[in-house]
Amino acid sequence: MITLAHYLTFSAVLLCIAVAGIFINRKNVIVLLMALELLLLAVNTNFIAFSRFLGNPDGQVFVFFILAVAAAEAAIGLAILLVLFRNRATINVGEIDSLKG
Amino acid sequence: MSVQLFFFYTFAVITLGAAAAVVSVRNPVHAALFLVLTFFSTACTWLLADAEFLAVALVLVYVGAVMVLFLFVVMMLDIDIAPLREGFVRALPVGLIVAVIMLVEMLSLIGVRSMEAVQSVDPALAAGMSNTEWLAMTLFSRFLLPFEVAALILTVAIIAAIPLALRPRLGVKSQSVPRQVNVDPRQRLRIVKMRSEAPVRGQSTEAKLGEGLEP
Repeated sequence: MITLAHYLTFSAVLLCIAVAGIFINRKNVIVLLMALELLLLAVNTNFIAFSRFLGNPDGQVFVFFILAVAAAEAAIGLAILLVLFRNRATINVGEIDSLKG
Repeated sequence: MSVQLFFFYTFAVITLGAAAAVVSVRNPVHAALFLVLTFFSTACTWLLADAEFLAVALVLVYVGAVMVLFLFVVMMLDIDIAPLREGFVRALPVGLIVAVIMLVEMLSLIGVRSMEAVQSVDPALAAGMSNTEWLAMTLFSRFLLPFEVAALILTVAIIAAIPLALRPRLGVKSQSVPRQVNVDPRQRLRIVKMRSEAPVRGQSTEAKLGEGLEP
């Protein structure tokens, strides 16, 4: 049978893949945003597993809120990305250093 | 191995493989499509955890809306991928080391022996409700204010994204609505007075047509 540990292991591996993705794709903002979505997905899976195996609906309610805020974050983030590309013609993190002293 | 466990492993392997592909493929469009696969198979594992409402919401919200937004932006931007890939191989060992250490730490916290625990019953079914009803009983009682705040956040995000992405376009022939509304009818239509006249016998009516007009 599926246990809590199965879900926790699954989301731990997913979280580590996302963290590794943030490390190895440091230049590309789009893939960074996608790795952030993977991180949120791993956290949501943990919430759902705990909610299911502890019998408490609060975890699923919080997943609901995380989904709403993550959708807002993706919309704003991509709009900022669009403005950035329009003004600088690049999405390379290494070239966005205008504020560097 | 039970049927449930078999499907859980299948979906988990697909999810993790697709997630690894998201962070490693060269083309951002392919990364977005692999992200769709990741979300979809994660929704399947959520279904196995009896979280039906959230699994459907994940497919609707992420696969239906956010991923389309991602693909739209990726295809709209004319990206040169080559400079974005430099440093990929150099950062690979660091990223892998950090990820593996994190994974080992978390797995040691979870503990392999807890895999042997028996599965509990579905709490929603134990309460005699469907998952959606079970979730809604909590969401609309104790979490009503956070729910409305979430709605407000979404509204603010929608309104904020529009002026961010809006660009004033110069040199485009477009209608000016205030000028159209404020126009004076007398600028557009001139009413002239003319005498009524009977057709004169023997002359063609066409020849007389222009004579009634006063300048």
